[in-house]
Amino acid sequence: MLDIQSIRADFPILHQEINGKPLVYFDNGATSQKPVVVIEAIEKYYKEINANIHRGVHHLSQVATDAYEEARLIVKNHINAAQLHEVIFTSGTTFGINLVANGFSQMLKEGDEVIVSHLEHHSNIVPWQFACERSGATLKVIPMNEKGELVMEAYDQLLTDRTKLVAVNHISNALGTINPIREIIDKAHKVGAAVLIDGAQAVPHIKPDVQELDCDFYVFSGHKMCAPTGSGILYGKEAWLNKLPPYQGGGEMIKEVTFEKTTYACLPHKFEAGTPNIEAGIVLGVAINYLNSIGFENIEAYEKELLKYATEKLQEMPGIIFYGTSTEKASVISFNFEGLHPYDVGAIIDKLGIAVRTGHHCAQPIMEYYKIPGTIRASFSFYNTKEEIDRMMDALKKAQSMLS
Amino acid sequence: MTIKEIQEEIIDEFSMFDDWMQRYEYIIELGKSLPIIEDVYKTEENTIKGCQSKVWLHAEKQNDLVVFTADSDAILTKGIIAILIRVFSNQNAQAILEADTSFIDEIGLKEHLSPTRANGLVSMIKQIKMYALAFQAK
Repeated sequence: MLDIQSIRADFPILHQEINGKPLVYFDNGATSQKPVVVIEAIEKYYKEINANIHRGVHHLSQVATDAYEEARLIVKNHINAAQLHEVIFTSGTTFGINLVANGFSQMLKEGDEVIVSHLEHHSNIVPWQFACERSGATLKVIPMNEKGELVMEAYDQLLTDRTKLVAVNHISNALGTINPIREIIDKAHKVGAAVLIDGAQAVPHIKPDVQELDCDFYVFSGHKMCAPTGSGILYGKEAWLNKLPPYQGGGEMIKEVTFEKTTYACLPHKFEAGTPNIEAGIVLGVAINYLNSIGFENIEAYEKELLKYATEKLQEMPGIIFYGTSTEKASVISFNFEGLHPYDVGAIIDKLGIAVRTGHHCAQPIMEYYKIPGTIRASFSFYNTKEEIDRMMDALKKAQSMLS
Repeated sequence: MTIKEIQEEIIDEFSMFDDWMQRYEYIIELGKSLPIIEDVYKTEENTIKGCQSKVWLHAEKQNDLVVFTADSDAILTKGIIAILIRVFSNQNAQAILEADTSFIDEIGLKEHLSPTRANGLVSMIKQIKMYALAFQAK
């Protein structure tokens, strides 16, 4: 059981009024709020630790380097990576996907195929389009059904010996569907394809075990899991990371540089060119420790309760249309009201202190599938409450009566 | 009336509302009551795509004045469009180019013209000015 009141006390930003109404923050899918331990760690970094890492012989540089490497270890243990150097610091999910896609664009050739799914965020579509354009490979798409689930029979049909990589998200950002990634990974491996999992929406809710999943790459952002923006992780199996060419050139990622030839540093530094976001990296470790102190089993169980409660309440509303009705769902609800535009509803409930996301959620193919301009998306975190859901319901009723 | 005069008239009208709810209800009414563009002009070319809502804008020159018609799929956006059309349509190109939109702040609708809203209105105003510039050059 979670002590919600003490958890809420950890998040200063939640205790404020918007337009004279208490803030209800249900846009956790876009970014999470930050607990005091994270905010204090950011301050401590700049007050006591700030120095460039892996470079100086001086004391502060050593302290900063140790803290940064400690964070890498925390991430490694959290996702259960086999090796420390399989954990690459990035600026976020988008960077991680681009890093891998850029590498593949140099390894793919005409006739090869890359598979993504209909449920992807644009950042797990566009980098692969780039890679295919550059290499002459072809992009294939796993279709979705009305419930917002991937059609696995169609996936089976798409997999051939031409498939070189499969890139899918663990949880859909627009609909909340939890995809059967174990099955997706196993089947891809049977035809010799690598698999990249976009874990951006999963890591706030689930503790991924990359060895158990057996994925080749797992990417995520820190800012959706209580850490600062600009922190992120690319996990890759050692063999793949060795095979993949470097993405950015610069300091840190080299072994030896001459004007004739440069040799690259070993992992993880090969993919960490330039001065990284040291503070964000260190504080990602703090955020992960914080989440683990609450416990992901507790988080999952409580968020499920919130999802169930909100779904039942919304079901009672006239004209409600749900998008994404899979039984396997994270605490995300995408919905509309018949005849009402999501923007209008979002703008009105904003006036009542309710923060939700409206629009296409950077997942236009999904909106295209349902033939809608967008949805209203409420995404819950472990610091949200049923009382807040009640407040959202009141606001939605108000919006409905004003708009119809 | 000049653009400035119309803007002042609108500010005056909005000053009668006590709170945001009344303002929004009025905008919703405006949005509902106006058939502001003919379907033939709802073309791909006339579409301004925001992340949140879509706007269609059509312009033509009648005598010396620029006439705008527009529409949106979202009712609040459409209501604000109605206000913008009232301000900018049937004016000469020079006046449109010189006009500003700070009156929107004064009537409490600033957030709808914020770039984070991405509802197409900011682009619509830019497009209105572009049309004025184009008609002036002719």
